[in-house]
Amino acid sequence: MTEPRRAPESPTMEMTSNKEVLRRIEYTGDMLLNMGPQHPSTHGVINFLVQTDGEVMKRAIPEVGYLHRSIEKIGEKCTYNGFMPYTDRVDYIAAMFANQGWAMAVERLLGVEVPKRAEYCRVIACELNRIASHLISAGTMAMDVGAVTPFPYALREREFINDLLEELCGARLTYNYLRIGGVAFDLPEGYADKVITFVDHFEKILVEFNRLITNNEIFVQRLAGLAAIPREMAIDYCLVGPNLRASGVPFDVRKDLPYSIYPELQFEVPVGRGEMGAVGDAWDRFSVRIAEMKQSCRILRQCIAQIPKGETMAKVPRKIKFTEGLEAYSRIESARGDMQYYVVAGGGENAYRVKVRTGSFTAMGIIDVLSRGLMIADLVALIASLDVVAPEIDR
Amino acid sequence: MQGWIDSLIRGWGQDPATWPWTQIVYVAFMGLFAFIVINFAAITAGIFSWAERRVAARMQSRVGPNRVGPGGFLQWVADAVKLLTKEDLVPAEADNFLFRIAPYFMMVGFACVFVALPFSHRLVIADMNIGIFFILAVTALIVVGIIMSGWSSNSKWSLFGAIRSAAQIISYEIPAGMALMIPVLLAGTLSTQGIIRAQGGWPWQWFVFDNPATFAAFFIYFISALAEGNRTPFDLPEAESELVSGYNTEYSGMRFSYFFLVEWGNMWVMSALASTMFLGGWQIPGVSAAQLDAMTGGRAVAFELLSLAIFAGKTLFWVFVVMWLRWTLPRIRVDQMMNMCWKYLVPVSFAAVIFVAGWMLVVRAAPAVGTVTHWIMFLAAGVLPAAFFINRVARNIHDTGDKFDFTSNW
Repeated sequence: MTEPRRAPESPTMEMTSNKEVLRRIEYTGDMLLNMGPQHPSTHGVINFLVQTDGEVMKRAIPEVGYLHRSIEKIGEKCTYNGFMPYTDRVDYIAAMFANQGWAMAVERLLGVEVPKRAEYCRVIACELNRIASHLISAGTMAMDVGAVTPFPYALREREFINDLLEELCGARLTYNYLRIGGVAFDLPEGYADKVITFVDHFEKILVEFNRLITNNEIFVQRLAGLAAIPREMAIDYCLVGPNLRASGVPFDVRKDLPYSIYPELQFEVPVGRGEMGAVGDAWDRFSVRIAEMKQSCRILRQCIAQIPKGETMAKVPRKIKFTEGLEAYSRIESARGDMQYYVVAGGGENAYRVKVRTGSFTAMGIIDVLSRGLMIADLVALIASLDVVAPEIDR
Repeated sequence: MQGWIDSLIRGWGQDPATWPWTQIVYVAFMGLFAFIVINFAAITAGIFSWAERRVAARMQSRVGPNRVGPGGFLQWVADAVKLLTKEDLVPAEADNFLFRIAPYFMMVGFACVFVALPFSHRLVIADMNIGIFFILAVTALIVVGIIMSGWSSNSKWSLFGAIRSAAQIISYEIPAGMALMIPVLLAGTLSTQGIIRAQGGWPWQWFVFDNPATFAAFFIYFISALAEGNRTPFDLPEAESELVSGYNTEYSGMRFSYFFLVEWGNMWVMSALASTMFLGGWQIPGVSAAQLDAMTGGRAVAFELLSLAIFAGKTLFWVFVVMWLRWTLPRIRVDQMMNMCWKYLVPVSFAAVIFVAGWMLVVRAAPAVGTVTHWIMFLAAGVLPAAFFINRVARNIHDTGDKFDFTSNW
């Protein structure tokens, strides 16, 4: 018998069930506040059990599972191609990435090489989607801190991206654009010009957005030093993506475990520097996303300049079948960080096991520790700064 | 007011002193004016609700409500009708009596302010010698209504909103009161009309540019008024993203509409008070109050309307500023709100009061100092910031390539 693995020393690891916590709160005379699942700023159906003493929270325990749709189980019942539309629903704010993760995992099983042009199409679509996702994140975060105007500003820009993606694949939210072995449609005529026009316009808007909210004194005062996650703690709690990079860890799957055509592209990985407060505070997480949007613009320009001519689909058998037990693993950098797909092939046309690892789920784990001693208004900002998306938590 | 009614009756060729039932006439007139004022307050609040939505829409590159009436102007009527016909729901666990009565407290506190609030040179319901004191006193009723509604709702979110607003409004009443004492010191009266008469029509004769302390006091008052009116950045009691809807979470229908009536009506109150106390009120540039008093006939009516327009113009400008702030700024946190009040506004307002007291002695000894300071303050604190602001706006417009478009999308 091996010794059970001990969790790192931290206050979260008192192994208590939520029910027990509730009972305890009654004893202490503190107030139990059920924040959610229909609260305006929990970003979807999540519940937080908040133990408070007036405005100051003692603890906030996230309760997940309200949006569980057993997507992984559906993946085991569908054919490999048939699961693609479902992956959109893993993370509907950034559906392109979920597509790509699944496509890459199955392509690895098949051992198929995706044509260059298809890879470029994928990266263009993904980076547009990354900008759209970060815009929602930044806008809703501003709204949760109480500024309503940045949100429509962000959504207005997202509309342009939605239009672009609609032109590309016919859908505005759940794209279902990628196919195993390539993409569904080639870029339409004149698409390159439209993307460049958008990027030119958007880079200007980004400056305006920074003037409106990022450097707003009240906004900075609210977020600077709030819920700072030190480097080690971020790694311990498996934070990924912008949340991890805000803590000063320059880990980006696109750079460190390169996939697709990212090695051919020039871009930087922005990290949090603690300009306004501590490294890894809520403001850093916000500003890292803003900086990433800028880098995405840079990637888009390069993709448009370098895209080669050619096929957009590899030769893929009509019926995809594998020998039982074959397995594959893919990692991509989604808008919410390291997204991983694990597939074990079943005997027939469908998988034996599908597992999706998403950034929002692990981010929920850290809320309990960070929330201690914060105020209720800070909890809202903290949830927003981690950019959790309910469907991605529960899948 | 009584004198005004008397003069009206004399205008008809009667002598009120000889009437046996003059008291009844006075009461009837009072009732009429009370009716007019309540309706003025309600209609202003309604129109502001439309204006705020249109202004917000413009700021957020949306269109806003534009279906009901020209430019959507009658939207507020439609909303009022909708709210009146909705079910008046009282939660089962709520304290029925307090829950029902709370909105009236707010409404009364809000409507009473209009008694002492001037509108133009002659138009004021009661020019009391304790005008400002009365306004500060009745405004405090609003917080009673808020606490009542939050407590009686028996909901945790409502309770949070109520406790927040109790802390906020009571704290901010201190700097607001101290800041309002400064014009009172300068004018030597608590009467609102008296304070306006002590100022002049031109900007450099306003109290806001009287000396550095009054300039500070104006902003202290304005910030505190925002906080007392629960406007962003101080909208903590009804912080939507935190407390669902704060103290009015459980309300619906007409009672719910009362809360918003008071909130929007309060924008007029806070702005009218700011222009009364600091910005020269209804004073017409180039025409002194004594000249206005001496006017008769059609000329008097014309100038009366002009003074009304000037007062309304100043007030509406500050109403717009309040909306503008709401749709620009994020909300501050509870502890920051308290810090700001007790660590900055309260000490500064006390210091300003003492400074002004000393200043008045200096000006009495050497009146030339006062005149020079008016001009310096006007140029340094009025003209320069305005020029800077216009410059920045022009630069922003140039940078982003925005175009003015006030004509389309109505």
